Amino acid sequence: MLTNIQETITPKRLTDLFEKNRRLLFRDDTAVLSAIREKAFASFSKLGFPDTSLESWRLTDLQESFSRGYDYHLQPAAEVDVQKVFRCNIPHLDTAIIGQLNGWYVSKDVPLMELGNGIIMGSLAEARKKYPALVEKYYGTVANDAIDGFTALNTAFAQDGVFIYVPDDVKSPRPVQLINVIHDDRNLFLQSRNLIVVGANAKLSLVHCDDSYNHQASFSNIVTEIHVGEHALLEHYKLQNLNNNSTLVSTVCFNLEASASLESHYISLNGGLLRNNIRVLFNGPHGNANIYGIYLMDGKQHTDNQVFVDHASPDCTSNETFKGILDEHARAIFNGHVLVRRNSTKTDARQSNKNILLTDTARVNSKPFLEIYNDDVKCSHGSTTGQLDQESMFYLRQRGIGEETARMLLMFAFADEIVSKIAIPQLRQRIEDMVKKRLQGELQICEQCVLHCSSPEHPVDFKIDLGKI
Amino acid sequence: MESEANKILDEVTQGDYKYGFVTDIDTEFAPTGLSESTIRYISAKKNEPDFMLEFRLKAYRHWLTMTQPKWAHLNIAPINFQEIIFYAAPKKKKEVSSLDEVDPELLATFNKLGISLDEQKKLAGVTSVAVDAVIDSVSVKTTFSETLSKHGIIFCSFSEAVQNHPDLVRQYMGSVVPYTDNYFAALNSAVFSDGSFCFIPKGVRCPMELSTYFRINAANTGQFERTLIVAEEGAYVSYMEGCTAPQRDENQLHAAIVEIVAMKDAEVKYSTVQNWYPGDKNGLGGIYNFVTKRGICKGSNSKISWTQVETGSAITWKYPSCILLGDNSVGEFYSVAVTNNYQQADTGTKMMHLGKNTRSTIISKGISAGNSNNSYRGLVRISKNALNSRNYSQCDSLLLGARCGAHTYPYIQVDNKSSIVEHEATTSKISEDQLFYCQQRGISAESAIGLIVNGYAKEVLKQLPMEFAVEAQKLLSISLEGSVG
Repeated sequence: MLTNIQETITPKRLTDLFEKNRRLLFRDDTAVLSAIREKAFASFSKLGFPDTSLESWRLTDLQESFSRGYDYHLQPAAEVDVQKVFRCNIPHLDTAIIGQLNGWYVSKDVPLMELGNGIIMGSLAEARKKYPALVEKYYGTVANDAIDGFTALNTAFAQDGVFIYVPDDVKSPRPVQLINVIHDDRNLFLQSRNLIVVGANAKLSLVHCDDSYNHQASFSNIVTEIHVGEHALLEHYKLQNLNNNSTLVSTVCFNLEASASLESHYISLNGGLLRNNIRVLFNGPHGNANIYGIYLMDGKQHTDNQVFVDHASPDCTSNETFKGILDEHARAIFNGHVLVRRNSTKTDARQSNKNILLTDTARVNSKPFLEIYNDDVKCSHGSTTGQLDQESMFYLRQRGIGEETARMLLMFAFADEIVSKIAIPQLRQRIEDMVKKRLQGELQICEQCVLHCSSPEHPVDFKIDLGKI
Repeated sequence: MESEANKILDEVTQGDYKYGFVTDIDTEFAPTGLSESTIRYISAKKNEPDFMLEFRLKAYRHWLTMTQPKWAHLNIAPINFQEIIFYAAPKKKKEVSSLDEVDPELLATFNKLGISLDEQKKLAGVTSVAVDAVIDSVSVKTTFSETLSKHGIIFCSFSEAVQNHPDLVRQYMGSVVPYTDNYFAALNSAVFSDGSFCFIPKGVRCPMELSTYFRINAANTGQFERTLIVAEEGAYVSYMEGCTAPQRDENQLHAAIVEIVAMKDAEVKYSTVQNWYPGDKNGLGGIYNFVTKRGICKGSNSKISWTQVETGSAITWKYPSCILLGDNSVGEFYSVAVTNNYQQADTGTKMMHLGKNTRSTIISKGISAGNSNNSYRGLVRISKNALNSRNYSQCDSLLLGARCGAHTYPYIQVDNKSSIVEHEATTSKISEDQLFYCQQRGISAESAIGLIVNGYAKEVLKQLPMEFAVEAQKLLSISLEGSVG
């Protein structure tokens, strides 16, 4: 079913759409899930979309994105050839691929895979039917309608997305790769909802990619809820490589139980307007979270990272490092918020945001915010914005390296602090290459993301001008 | 050990407010409440020219359209503006020509506060300080005016300036903080009663420190003063401000405006030791301190430096800012903010870089104890044309006790590629290593804390003029007597 809302998207048009399609939306809900949906809808009706009068949306105005007009699919499009859409050509990267096309889970007859070791992965819509108790236990507990209008809207409309469950004590042998591709010849408004549960003492490595195939405008409102059990480890990679007409509001909520560990990497390479809401909740003591981010923006691209770390339990450590390089008219916003609650003693929280501006028209807003209600803490934050270090530049130039190459080397070194933290070697190599290409202006949007890039495989090198040495 | 340390902490953090006395001075009041007639009353009382009344009424009408801001990390009980007396003046203040004619009660008050209005006496025996003393709504005495006028310096109460230098007042008043700026600035512009005015002519280096001492005395009154400092080309002045109030159970409102204009090559250094009554140990009473302070570096190579030690007030809402308009101009902000018991502070600065090669430094040290909340809120904005600008910010917080809060809201906006902005901050309690080191050498826990806190705040305190630095250090130790976590 295709619903055409080719006019400016407004809360009213969406609530009408909801009311009209109640039967369809509530069709497979259990009592608990339908209550969650109903409540979220009520919240959205009240909240509407966040606007620039709200502190956390002050610098990201969505009016232009809304005004483009989109189609809304309430049912998946016709069959697609999975092999054709989802190809990953990172050499030797062995992953279990889960694909989403326009927000809908794409499978060949197997909507939900159950592996020998107990891992379940596949469509969330299917999981709701097959494992209602499991889904109910986690669904909507951390990503709830209280966050903002977008999360409420997503919860109200949530139909499909990805579900991954790693049982207690199971270590996933290979990374799981979740690819969300937007490909349609019309403008799309899409909302997908993902639920990922990593059991106690388990381990999962998750690569999550958002890509677009053509230059059609799109608006994605994606909510991902991730539960990491006691002593469990999650490595999380979020790659964003969308076209310049796309708007992405991505909300990822991590719930970390006692002694859980999170390594999260946000790599934003392209996108018209990227908004990442990253929320980490320490729900038990001794948790540890490292959140890294790199954004390389140019043109009129706009990126907005909102990182909220809630130290609700004692003895937890968190570390945020976000770095960005901005060219042309690009704009970057970083809002870090660390909340240390009254009884969260022995908290260690760090925040850092570093930016390089390459032009006088690029803009940066940075707000590393600390809110602390306890004295037994170590918290620090730092933010720097500037240009490439002149002394390093001189050092390289003096050794006969051309200006352009020297600039590239320094920018790459700047980005590499984040990229080098990627634990999967093949992925790291690939991202390094992509960053180099991006910095040289060679990574076109049409080249797509890492995962379906059709260029032949060869490492990208900086050419050092030997003639001058 | 832990409990003993806590005991000492409690003792230290519960030092009493020693300026809480009330002086019995005959005072005349404006009718309670706020309306156009109150404003007309104030203006008539002060015998103001028409342009002042118009300014006040415009501000009042604008204020009526505004609502009290809620964005600060403060919990403010609703303020009933109709219960406040907007103007209170000690009687007999007219025509004071020599010190003998000043109300002896008043003199005793200022002597008690350690502020000497006596022209013969030199503070600290080193430099002389010219003092403008403002009690409740009016300035009661300005010292050294004559010496200063030899240099062409005008230093007088705001009311006198309105009478004697209306052109200067008209030219600069509201040019840095327009009455439309914010809720409390509009309120102040409507009802301000007095304040200090200071004008340093071209090329003059003010030979002494200038100082204003603010004192709220009467009950149920609000204090609304306005300070305007103009430094012409190449001028220099160092200006100090101090404040105290009696101990009362109800909250009193203080909403002030400070405007500074620095022309080419001028330098203004503004230091504040704010010690309004902070309320008692249970958070009862205390001053609401809502202050708008802003300076503009209008000419090239000018410099404005703010230094503040904030220990008083139940609620502090204050952001001394610099607009760096002239090329190569410099803005500085040094702050120590101490909150204890149930005090709340939301303070910081704004550095607006507009000119080329402008530089700013922000050093903010927050100390919270008891049940207090202390926030740093700052904005560094480098505009597109502020090429090669530079900012360095450091805002640290020290937490003493498990029930207090320390928050940091730094806003950074950079719109060009050639500027460099650096910001760093840490939040922690007093390091156990440092404490152990001191105690191991026979220094008691209490002295050790004093030592560490003073060391922590040193960077800011050293910016204060000497007369103030001594007072500030004492204040700091009183405010924090007994603070180990």
